[in-house]
Amino acid sequence: MSNIVISQIKRDHLMNLLAEGRREDGRQLDEVRKITVETGVIESAEGSAKVSLGNTTVMAGIKVIPGTPYMDAPGDGVLTTGAELIPLAHESFEPGPPSESAIELARVVDRGIRESGMIDVKKLCIKEGEEIWMVFIDIYALDYDGNLFDACNLAAVCALKTAIVPWKNYGKGEENLPMPVTCLPISVTECKIGNDLIVDPNFDEEAISAARLTVTTDDDGNFRAMQKGGRGSITRSDLSLCLDRAVEIGKQIRKIIG
Amino acid sequence: MSGHTDMVLVDENGIRIDGRRVDEKRPIKIEAGVLKNASGSCYLEIGKNKVLCAVYGPRECRPRHLQDPTKAVIQVKYNMEAYSVTDRKRPGTDRRSVEISKLIAEALECVVQTELYPRASIDVYIEILQANAGTRCAGLTAASVALADAGIPMRDIVPAIACGKADGNVLLDLNKEEDNYGQADVPIAIVPSTDEIVLLQMDGNMTREELDHGLDMAIAAAHEVYEIQRDALKRRYASISKKEGESDE
Amino acid sequence: MEKRNARRTREIVVPGDVLADASDYRAGENAYELDGKIRANVMGTKTFTDNTVGVTAMGGFYMPVTGDTVIGIINDVGPSNWMLDINAPYPAPLHVSEVPWKVEFGDTGRFLTVGDVVLLKVLMVDESKKIQVTMKDSGLRKIEGGQLVEIEHSKISRVIGKSGSMIQMLKNMSDCRIFVGQNGRIWIDGDEENTEVVAEAIRIIEAESRSANLTDRVREFIEKKLPQSEEDDEEDFE
Repeated sequence: MSNIVISQIKRDHLMNLLAEGRREDGRQLDEVRKITVETGVIESAEGSAKVSLGNTTVMAGIKVIPGTPYMDAPGDGVLTTGAELIPLAHESFEPGPPSESAIELARVVDRGIRESGMIDVKKLCIKEGEEIWMVFIDIYALDYDGNLFDACNLAAVCALKTAIVPWKNYGKGEENLPMPVTCLPISVTECKIGNDLIVDPNFDEEAISAARLTVTTDDDGNFRAMQKGGRGSITRSDLSLCLDRAVEIGKQIRKIIG
Repeated sequence: MSGHTDMVLVDENGIRIDGRRVDEKRPIKIEAGVLKNASGSCYLEIGKNKVLCAVYGPRECRPRHLQDPTKAVIQVKYNMEAYSVTDRKRPGTDRRSVEISKLIAEALECVVQTELYPRASIDVYIEILQANAGTRCAGLTAASVALADAGIPMRDIVPAIACGKADGNVLLDLNKEEDNYGQADVPIAIVPSTDEIVLLQMDGNMTREELDHGLDMAIAAAHEVYEIQRDALKRRYASISKKEGESDE
Repeated sequence: MEKRNARRTREIVVPGDVLADASDYRAGENAYELDGKIRANVMGTKTFTDNTVGVTAMGGFYMPVTGDTVIGIINDVGPSNWMLDINAPYPAPLHVSEVPWKVEFGDTGRFLTVGDVVLLKVLMVDESKKIQVTMKDSGLRKIEGGQLVEIEHSKISRVIGKSGSMIQMLKNMSDCRIFVGQNGRIWIDGDEENTEVVAEAIRIIEAESRSANLTDRVREFIEKKLPQSEEDDEEDFE
């Protein structure tokens, strides 16, 4: 990502607001931007979702294709997650192979889905030891205004939730079946600016923050994945606040996406 | 072009598998100004193709060695998203997308007044969200709307559409089955004010007569596509004006 | 800037549209002649000025013109110059000879650094669009504090208003210092609450730039937000 310079005036202004517990767009420190979800937008995909988090928009598409299992898990389907920060989405994104940031993003989303057991991979077995379903989750940023982690997590989860496994299309079964989904892993990302932690940072907030923490919870409010990013540090009490908020906000978001 | 099928692509009444006549294009939907960050943008559907295009610039040209001291360069990146086709497309650039990007950039250079912005770059990103034959035409059609939306000076808007041949019939705007199992595909793009041809490719097998007939159809259809492009831009402008209130200064 | 005698019609045109016959008019702004017809080359509204016909562009981007006052953000520091982002297609170098201080070679970073915001004047734009900016003029300086608002550059003329009426009103009612850059950036400095109200008022002007009675509506807005502010005619700072 090439660097976009945030003016000192902007930086000072955001810091001054935060000192009063305020944000430039009027949100509370623990408030998520408006979420909109559109599913089934791509017919060539087995599942798809276009998700907006404020002005950040991403698209996730699911492809489900027969393949061979790994030796150590002969009866399990395989999940693969990719994320692309395409230059269409922001002036700072450059063409070319996935950047460090894109790879980290994909891996964090992948971890939440994988570790929560969202997909029952046992049900993705066609013939043990020979053939299983490979589930490809491909996510593209379309408009970038901060917090791709949560936007991509939501898009992937919503796309999977509405995806089919094409048993019939590939002549592997009588009919296509819904994706075997067991729970909805929801990530909540916060940024640390000065001593404050703010939920769902936008572009400017992200740009002036020192550290970032993503916490993914499952339906029971248990923790399934975490990732700390950024050059700054967080304290134990910061972490504690993030964990509490991740559970609370995770609940709210699950209500929104059903 | 090389595939074989028992499928009847055009029946005895001249009706195609998607119900179209031989000289009928697929339904087109165009919306301008759909993205927040880009200088200009466009979403386009033609049949089952879904395309998103963004324009950034004119801006500083990177990498620098591509700079031209006399004019702006137009850099196009055509990209098929992984889920846009039945078999997953491996992300990343391949030879096909490099060629398509180059042809689209050259077609756009014919109309964009690049001489106004020496050393700069106008970057055009075309994302194919869903592909069903004809994506290079769809991409170019969307790109010229996005350029106009960005306020970049250009002498005209470029519409593109293909003609071709299947089951021995000359057809307009091939769909996926016709493209896979037909005998020819000829994408073409024009400058409507002058009827200059700015993109032309062909693969397959057509007689001179068939080709002339196909081109006549495609050029006439391109003028119709152009009207849809204009309409999308005018709707975009009207919606902005409306937000600003009815009266003029 | 509004041109004298410009008559803007309501007709929306897109690139390639015929504006008039070349026998009746000459090609004006954003227009070209081809085969006896004057055609548009950008999207906007058809506009007549004397014997020319052209297009008032919708939006678009800022192209610097010699003499423009602009607000720049430093994004790189070299040994004998600074690079500024002035919201244009081209970066704008500021040479050490164009600042009000004596700067030794390699000592640039001590005066201005990345992220600093500067009031500037466009000194020169040459044919290949190479830009030079200067800080050597009255009122030009590094600015700190306050708020920096960015709007579409084409709306700047509305923020200024007819013979400066809008900007004068904003300054008087808010008691803020306001510097308007031709490149779409506006700096507001003063009491924190007032600064926020002005920033909001500018957003309203941007969003409703074509409505009638805009000045009155903005006045009402500020009166509602800052009821205690007295409308004294104190001179402003710029």
